[in-house]
Amino acid sequence: MQIEERTKIGYYPGCAITMGSSSEEYGTSVLRVSEEIGPELEEIHDWNCCGASSAHATNHKLSTALSIRNISLAEQSGFKEILAPCPMCSQRLIISQKDVADDEKLKKDVEDAIEMPCNGDVKIINYLELIKNYCMDEIAEKKKKTPKDLKVACYYGCLLLRPPKVLKFDDPENPTSMEEIVEATGAIPVDWELKTNCCGGGFTLSRTDVVLKLTNDILECAVDAGADAIAVACPMCHANLDMRQKKIEKEYNRKFDIPVVYISELIGLALDLGPISLGLNKHFIDTESVVNAFA
Amino acid sequence: MKIKITTKELKSDFAKEVEERSGIDVKKCYQCGKCTAGCPVAYEMDYMPNQIIRFVQIGARREALTSRTIWLCASCITCTTRCPKEVKIAELMDVLREMSLEEGLANPLEKNITTFHEAFLNSVKKHGRISELWMLNEYKMKRPKTALQDLIVGPQMLSKGKLSFLPHDIKGKDAVKRIFEKCK
Repeated sequence: MQIEERTKIGYYPGCAITMGSSSEEYGTSVLRVSEEIGPELEEIHDWNCCGASSAHATNHKLSTALSIRNISLAEQSGFKEILAPCPMCSQRLIISQKDVADDEKLKKDVEDAIEMPCNGDVKIINYLELIKNYCMDEIAEKKKKTPKDLKVACYYGCLLLRPPKVLKFDDPENPTSMEEIVEATGAIPVDWELKTNCCGGGFTLSRTDVVLKLTNDILECAVDAGADAIAVACPMCHANLDMRQKKIEKEYNRKFDIPVVYISELIGLALDLGPISLGLNKHFIDTESVVNAFA
Repeated sequence: MKIKITTKELKSDFAKEVEERSGIDVKKCYQCGKCTAGCPVAYEMDYMPNQIIRFVQIGARREALTSRTIWLCASCITCTTRCPKEVKIAELMDVLREMSLEEGLANPLEKNITTFHEAFLNSVKKHGRISELWMLNEYKMKRPKTALQDLIVGPQMLSKGKLSFLPHDIKGKDAVKRIFEKCK
């Protein structure tokens, strides 16, 4: 397959993974990897926040309109596909697209609010889908490093998978796409139980206690399964497992010290891209053990 | 369990109202409790998710809309995924939260959660995107008891370049403001 022959994919980073935001290393590594193995990504012009949990939890119409504005902007630029690496964004965009397709009145109200039409024929994909659909051959071809005995717990969380009838991505109870990608990098996926459990997501500031409990369970399960690192594809999962890890250790009196890496960073390391160019120096829990495994 | 339902509530058709707003038919629920069994936040809730559905079925409007449960639902959608009757429980929570706010019934014990949503959306309304630092600032000003939390993480984020003082304004921020106006 020739990358040059593909049309560009619309890139919707969302707020959390843009430069100067809490999870910028996810965006940095996604873009760095795509430079190396494609497909070519082009940022959607003047995109806005999808509204995330705060919009859908309080105002359905607003949530839908905020998401659809981005889809309409992408349609106007002629994109056929949108990559939203943040699963909160991809989930909101896909659900909103379905909601307006199913409800004429809502569609009219939303088009009136965003002052643009919305056709609904753009396909929204998450990062795991992008890699599986476009990059598996390229990773095999351009892989330069194989990690030495690096065991990885693939953590999906909620938003990549649920609601399964709408998202139609992988098995909601036992997904395996991230494991396939981890295997392609040469790391070893471990079998563990909590890969689709919730980390508490957006409660990190408002109900920190809930997040600490849920993430403690997840960290404990991954470590007990023998994982050396946890792989994620979600900025909220990452923030809660990485940034909050010291606090979790203190609260539950157990030392984990387990690096939490984005799947894009793992791919980058296998391609021998510099750790700093992938943002691996931006983590709270030191990622040196993962970087060294690829040395 | 003892709950209060007024005669007026009993006579009204809360379930129908919810269905008209959301298309969710709570009457399909036969109270198997699978939603509650898989709910990661059930341990913190005042009523279990299946009890909330029951409230909607029998018209216990006030109990449902003043519960802490509707705010504690993390929208992980495990319940909807596993429901044998295909009741969209997580999506029902969205509708109940919306109604609870409209009627001024949101439980004050979960004010942190509702204030976070407000601060988040205010940032989107103002800039078109989230400016995490300013959103945090608004949240902490409104919930001073949380001000001392994250005194270590915040500065570390700043030093790693993960928080920016510059708001992330988009060109179409007025268009976004109009979206908020039209979706009140």
